[in-house]
Amino acid sequence: MRVVNMAHGSLYLLGGYLALEMQEAWFKEDTGLNLSLSGASDAEYGFVGWFLPLVLATVAIGIIGVLMQQVFLRWNQGQDLRQALITIALSVILADQMLAAFGGISKDVQAPSAWPTSVLLPGDVRFGFFRGAIVLGSALLIGLLLWLVIKRTRFGKIVRAGVDDRDMVSALGINVNLVFIGAFLIGAMLAGFGGVLGGTMISLAPGQDTAFLLNSLIVVIIGGMGSLGGAAIGAVALGLVDAYADVYLTFGGTDLTNYSIIVTFALLVGVLAVRPLGLFGRPA
Amino acid sequence: VNPTVSTGRLGWIGLAVVVVVAALMPFVVSDFFLNVILTKALWLGVAAASLIFLAAYGGMVSLAQVGIYGVAGMTYANLVLADGGSTVAWNPWLALIAALVVATVVAIGFGWIAARSEGIYFLMITLAFSVLVFYFFSQVTQLSGFGGVNSVDLPGILGNPEQDPVPRYFVTLVVAVLVFLALRAVARTAFGIGLQGIRDEPARMRALGFDVTLHRMLAFGFAGFIAGIAGVLSVWYNSRITPGSINLEQTINVLIIAVIGGLYRLEGAWIGALAYALIDNYSREWVPDIGNVLGPARFNTIIGLVFLVIVLLSPGGLVGIWEGMRDRLGGRRGGGGTQTTTTAGPETGPAPGTVN
Repeated sequence: MRVVNMAHGSLYLLGGYLALEMQEAWFKEDTGLNLSLSGASDAEYGFVGWFLPLVLATVAIGIIGVLMQQVFLRWNQGQDLRQALITIALSVILADQMLAAFGGISKDVQAPSAWPTSVLLPGDVRFGFFRGAIVLGSALLIGLLLWLVIKRTRFGKIVRAGVDDRDMVSALGINVNLVFIGAFLIGAMLAGFGGVLGGTMISLAPGQDTAFLLNSLIVVIIGGMGSLGGAAIGAVALGLVDAYADVYLTFGGTDLTNYSIIVTFALLVGVLAVRPLGLFGRPA
Repeated sequence: VNPTVSTGRLGWIGLAVVVVVAALMPFVVSDFFLNVILTKALWLGVAAASLIFLAAYGGMVSLAQVGIYGVAGMTYANLVLADGGSTVAWNPWLALIAALVVATVVAIGFGWIAARSEGIYFLMITLAFSVLVFYFFSQVTQLSGFGGVNSVDLPGILGNPEQDPVPRYFVTLVVAVLVFLALRAVARTAFGIGLQGIRDEPARMRALGFDVTLHRMLAFGFAGFIAGIAGVLSVWYNSRITPGSINLEQTINVLIIAVIGGLYRLEGAWIGALAYALIDNYSREWVPDIGNVLGPARFNTIIGLVFLVIVLLSPGGLVGIWEGMRDRLGGRRGGGGTQTTTTAGPETGPAPGTVN
C-alpha cells in the first residue's frame, strides 16, 4: 500500500511484551520450590499457556496497528515522507513507554515446557526444536499463505490494484479504506506474531525494536519494496551473509570477523549498484 | 509537501542582529548555560543544517548525516592523541583536514549508491548507512569498539574548555555562521539552482542535459562535508566519541531537530537545535510525574510528542509556525488600508533571538 511503517519494530517488541505479560499473569503456576537461580525454569507452562498469549497478542497488535493507521496515517495518504516521520515519532514514544513499563532487563516468553529444547538431526547435528520446527515452519507457512492471499484472492487483487492506482480502484466502487484496514491489520498482526516468536526464541529487550527494524529495512531494500518474493530472498541473503561473515572472515592468520558488518554493507551496495530499486522493486 | 523554500536574498540585518546577540551571550548567561545549551545547539545545528540543505534544496531527506559525522569524528579522534583507537598522534589541525576529507569521500560514496533512489526509499537506504556506520565502529576494536575514543586532544585555540568554555563557544559560533553562509551561497550558485530544478522536475532536468545522479551525488558529498564539520565539532564539544553517540537514537534526534526547526529553511536547523537542547535540559525539571508514563526520566516521550505534534500540525516546523503567524498578523495589519505592509517577502533572515 506504499506505506512505510517505521513503527513496525515497536509493534514487534510490543507484541512480545504483551504475550509475556499475559503468560505471567494467567499461566504462571509456581511448582512449589522456587529454587532456580536463573528464575526462568521454575514455572511450567502448558501448550495453552504459550499459544493463547500468542494468539491474543497477535490480535491485539493487529488492532493497535489499525488504530495507528486510522488515527495518524489515513488522512495524509500519499505523503510518503510525512507518514514515515509520523511513524518514526510514534516509535520513539512507544520505545520510551515500553522501557518505562517493562524495564530494561531482557526477558523471555516461555515455550511450552513439554516441548524438547532440541532435536537430533541425521548426521548427529543438534538443532533447537523451537528455532527449527516452530519458527521456520510458521515462517514458511505464513509466507505461503500471504503469497496465496495476494496472488489468488479478490482481496489480494484489490490490494495490488490499490498499490498501482488507488484513485481508479476507488472510482470502481471499492471501499479503499476498508482494504487499507485489512492490509494494515495483516501487517501489524505479523509484526506482533513475530514479536512473540522472537521473544520465545531470543529475548525481549529495549533496542530489539531497532535491531528488528534495521534488519527488515535491509531485507526490503535488497528485495525491493512491495515484493513478497523479494523479501524472502532478501531475508535469506541477509541471514546467510550475516551468519557466515561472523565466522568465516579469517584469511590465514588474520582474523577479520570484526569487519563482518562490511560484508553486509557490501551486499547492500552490490544489489543497489545493479538494481537501484532492489532485486524485485518496481518504480512507483 | 514542499512549502516555500528560501531562495530570496539573505536578511543581512537579521543575521547581524542574531550574531551580535549571540556574541554577547557569554557576558549574560552562566557558563553552564553557555556550554550545555548554546554550544551544543550550535554544533547540533550544523549537523541538522546539512540534513536540511539536502531536504530543502535537493528534496532528499537523508538519515545518513549522523553516520557521516560519526566517520569524521572517529577519524579525527583516531588521528590525534587520545585513549583508545589508533596510536598515531597527529597535529589536531592536520587531523581536522583529514577527517573532513574522509567524511566527504565517504559521503560521495554513499551518495553514489543512494542518489539513484528517491523519496522514502532514499530515506531507508540512508538510514541503513547510518546504522551500518554505528555497527562498524562498535565492532572494530582497532578503531573504536564500544568504549569509543576518550580524552581526545583538542587544538590550542579552544584553550581548556573545562575551565573556560567561552573560547570553544566562539569557535563553534564562527563555524556555525560560516556554515550557514556557505550553504546559502551554494544554494544560489548555478549548482544550487540546478539542484532545486532536479528536486522539482528530475525528468525535465534530465532532458535538458543535466546528469541528475551526478548532481545529486555531489550535493550529497557537499552536505557530507558539512556533516563532517559537525562531527569534528561534536568531538571538540565532548572531547570523546563513542559508538553510542552516533547510534540510531542520535540519527533520529538530528532528524527531530531538523523537523522541529523546519525542514525547508536553513535557519530552522539552529532553531530546532536550540529548542531540542532546552527541552533536553529543562524538561527534567518541570515535567510532572504522571505514574510511569510521564516524568523527568521520560525525555524521549516528551521529545517524541513534540516531534509528532510538529509533523501533524506544521510540516514547516517552528519556522513555519513563525511565518504563518507573521503572515496572519501582517495580513490583519494591512486589512485596514492597502496591502503595502505585507511586501516584506518570505525572506528576512533568521528571526531575531533564534540562535542565541
